[in-house]
Amino acid sequence: MDDLLSEFLTETAESLDVVDVELVRFESDPSDKATLNNIFRLVHTIKGTCGFIGLPRLESIAHAGETLLGKFRDGALPVTAASVSLVLASIDRIKMLLAHLADAQVEPVGDDRDLIAQLERAAEGSGAIVAPAPPPKPEPVIVSAPEQPPEGEGQWDADQGRFLRPGEVSLADLEAAFLSAEGPEVRETKPATAAAAIEHDEEKKGGIGANTIRVNVNVLESLMTMVSELVLTRNQLMQMLRTSNDSEFKGPLQRLSGITAELQDAVMKTRMQPIGSAWKKLPRIVRDASQDLCKKIDLVMEGEGTELDRQVLELIKDPLTHMIRNSCDHGVERPAERAAAGKSDNGTIRLRAYHEGGHIIVEVSDDGAGLSTERIRRKAVEKGVIDGVEAMAMTDAQVHRLIFAPGFSTAEKVTSISGRGVGMDVVKTNVEQIGGTIDLKSRQGSGTTFVIKIPLTLAIISALIVGVGEQRFALPQLSVLELVRAGKRCEHKIEVINASRVLRLRDRLLPLVSLADVLNLIVDPFNENQLASVVVMQVGETRFGLIVDEVFDTEEIVVKPLAKRLGALSEFSGATILGDGAVIMILDPNGISRSVASMERSVDRLLEEQAAASAAAGAAASAAARTSMLLFSAGGELPRACPLSLVTRLEDLDASRFEPTARGLVVQYRGRLMPLASAGGEIKRSGRQPVLVFSQGESVIGLAVDRILDIVEDVLDIQLSDASPGVLGTAVLKGASTEIIDLGWFLAKADPDWAVAAAQIEAQRGRKRVLLIESHPFFRNLLAPVVTAAGYEVTIAANAEEAKASLAAGQAFDVVLTDADAPQTYPVAGPNVIAISSRTDTQAVPKSDRHALLDAIARAVRQSEMEVGEAA
Amino acid sequence: MSTREFVTFRIGEQLFGVSVSEIHDVFRPAGMTPVPLSGSEIAGVLNLRGRIVTAIDARSRLGLKKDAKTGKSQTLAIGVERGGESFGLIIDEIGEVVRLDENALEQNPVNLDATWSWVSRGVCRLEDRLLVIMDIDRMLAGASAEEPAAA
Repeated sequence: MDDLLSEFLTETAESLDVVDVELVRFESDPSDKATLNNIFRLVHTIKGTCGFIGLPRLESIAHAGETLLGKFRDGALPVTAASVSLVLASIDRIKMLLAHLADAQVEPVGDDRDLIAQLERAAEGSGAIVAPAPPPKPEPVIVSAPEQPPEGEGQWDADQGRFLRPGEVSLADLEAAFLSAEGPEVRETKPATAAAAIEHDEEKKGGIGANTIRVNVNVLESLMTMVSELVLTRNQLMQMLRTSNDSEFKGPLQRLSGITAELQDAVMKTRMQPIGSAWKKLPRIVRDASQDLCKKIDLVMEGEGTELDRQVLELIKDPLTHMIRNSCDHGVERPAERAAAGKSDNGTIRLRAYHEGGHIIVEVSDDGAGLSTERIRRKAVEKGVIDGVEAMAMTDAQVHRLIFAPGFSTAEKVTSISGRGVGMDVVKTNVEQIGGTIDLKSRQGSGTTFVIKIPLTLAIISALIVGVGEQRFALPQLSVLELVRAGKRCEHKIEVINASRVLRLRDRLLPLVSLADVLNLIVDPFNENQLASVVVMQVGETRFGLIVDEVFDTEEIVVKPLAKRLGALSEFSGATILGDGAVIMILDPNGISRSVASMERSVDRLLEEQAAASAAAGAAASAAARTSMLLFSAGGELPRACPLSLVTRLEDLDASRFEPTARGLVVQYRGRLMPLASAGGEIKRSGRQPVLVFSQGESVIGLAVDRILDIVEDVLDIQLSDASPGVLGTAVLKGASTEIIDLGWFLAKADPDWAVAAAQIEAQRGRKRVLLIESHPFFRNLLAPVVTAAGYEVTIAANAEEAKASLAAGQAFDVVLTDADAPQTYPVAGPNVIAISSRTDTQAVPKSDRHALLDAIARAVRQSEMEVGEAA
Repeated sequence: MSTREFVTFRIGEQLFGVSVSEIHDVFRPAGMTPVPLSGSEIAGVLNLRGRIVTAIDARSRLGLKKDAKTGKSQTLAIGVERGGESFGLIIDEIGEVVRLDENALEQNPVNLDATWSWVSRGVCRLEDRLLVIMDIDRMLAGASAEEPAAA
């Protein structure tokens, strides 16, 4: 491309970005003469250069725009949103022409008469202003205008009693302009001020030209590479100097070292750009969005001068733009809503950037309505992001973070501004890709703040050097939370659940993986008895521990890209050269966390395979249904569990509020008195007490546990019945023996109305098959474990259709339990059919009486056996 | 007649040649760091004057066994620059520079192993032995880039 043309293109593109920003600022404060002069000067320069190079199309638009701006500057024309929109439209047209020019190197064919006509008309409006006797209606000049100015015809002028024509101004506006104009001499001063502006322009240009030059980015990149090499060589020399006593080189080497450090800093600076350059387009975006959405939004930017690496800057641009759009659309409310909430009409979006310990923090905050916790919770459950129990156990802040979950969009309707299916999860992914983090704070009614933390540069990062076997690796410090020494004699123990290792860390279970396993390195097998170094990492929402052999120190490392051939390995993000000259690989926390997840999946698959194998081996090859179980500790050595579906809520209650009564402890809970029972351990009387809340109809009961451990989904296979009261039996959940508690027994202790008598279970010899038809999910979950624990194989049907399907599938049942409370009757009858009911006043066996129920089943089984015997 | 200069080197028992213009330098690889999870052809990465060089194990690439006798033959590497990346092809022994007539190049014998014929541009008859002219790009690209032999 022609040098002159390419220089013109770069320069003009920069000027136009400035014009965009300045115009928006000018619109909000039309009295700001300095801003207007600046705009005028820039447009004038563009016009001049176009004329010089010979680009007539561009020149004529710039000229028309300049004329209109000139009127603004002389005070001859009031500044309205419509006229500013018109100038912005002409800037857009110029940009469009420039883009074509960059591609094809010639101006596109066509003309801009439509736009120019509009600009001229708008400018002519001013002719009427200055003239002593303005003609009542200016003649419409051009009819072929295909494009209407945005607000041209919509405005009602009360004084004239009609809608205004395009480019026309209302009488009230005229009056205002009259009053604000300085006098008739305004017109005469115009050429003088224009000339002054040009002079000033030239002066300033000369000044800038002497101080800055354009340098190709590649030159900077290669400078950076060379400096990195110089630093490494310097480090090697310094290491040699330390080991030798020869001081001859000491002085010069010290000097070399100092200069190298300075050079490194200086070169790093050339890569740095103020973050403001990524924000240039934002005022325009906010302005357009607020017009589209009929909202009043001010954009406040702080810390534009904060510098960060060019590369990071490029990558952060799009996420920021998206977030600003989001804030306009979902954050700030409409003026009416704001007024109702007692806020000023104008919403404010605040963009703030500052340094904090090697990172840049960018905050995007609005003073809007804040996030609606309930709506997010509802939506997340609807979309299957979380289940109901999880949703209830979550704190507000956790619920708010759900907006980062993939496929989640809170906007009730899709608008042109945001909500095009690209949600906050994409923003989050983009930020994480450059090693950043994103979080949010929101208060209903007072707004939302997003906080993005990004590294200053991608070229040099702070890394933790770890060792596995003979090899060393670098772990980016940003994802490292802490280092933990773990082992048998340590405070932190490593435990094993079916070959998966976990670490008990401050009452949380942290999944552990060994770096050697992730990287397939052959090292001495890990021994639970020895001390291990665990690097606790956080990648997005995933937290895990990485077992390494050794932890060295933290170093600032220069990231070098890997050859494309090795780029396919997601576990590594690059390589680096250490001070001693050795090359080590840089681990990619994202890639590692993915392989951690896939390892977990493979364990799951193993479990499923095991379950499938045992099911196939068994006489009845019925598909093993998985049940979600809530694991907790409550007295005793073994963890205990109950079906999660029975639990209404998990609560952490203030134990000092528990009140003793004749029947036991009660607590005020959601406006009711809730009786409390212990699931085995002591109920605390001070501090916090974790409580599982069960509800049926109106009544609630709390079961106090020592600690909630986990939720596991597994095949519930209760292996033996236990003589101790309140325990149905033990089952292996995720490889650990767990006591399955008899909820009925505990709940009866707390509230006799739940009346479930504790009884010894007679284990049945030979597994008999029981079909349980029960419409109520609560009793399904209550009875199934009871009957299973008694040694029967239970098939569950929730209604007549499911029961029919089970029977039709050719499954023979020894006993059928049917729900007598159900609205419909079940189409099964016979001697081995037992009706069950939750009422005690019927002939049916009470559901809550375990003893009676099991007795009835045993009788029916004996009876059917006798019949079989007779038949034989 | 156009003649070109070739650097000869030995991998296993075979003599290979690569055009001089394609080779950046010849160096003795030191301080190699293995790359976990990478293919066996990747010998590792190493630091060569501040650049990170990806070392390719030529023996493994050609399906040869690792050298059993670790005596006199010190390993060497041929440095190649490709697309801004530095590679080192690890060979057994470096030979000499020979000047060859382009026309002396003969087609690969049809019974040559698929990988070998993929990386070979042709064969040259020297006085006492055969010289395989190596396509260095194909050698550096992984085995996955190989096209299945048509016949």
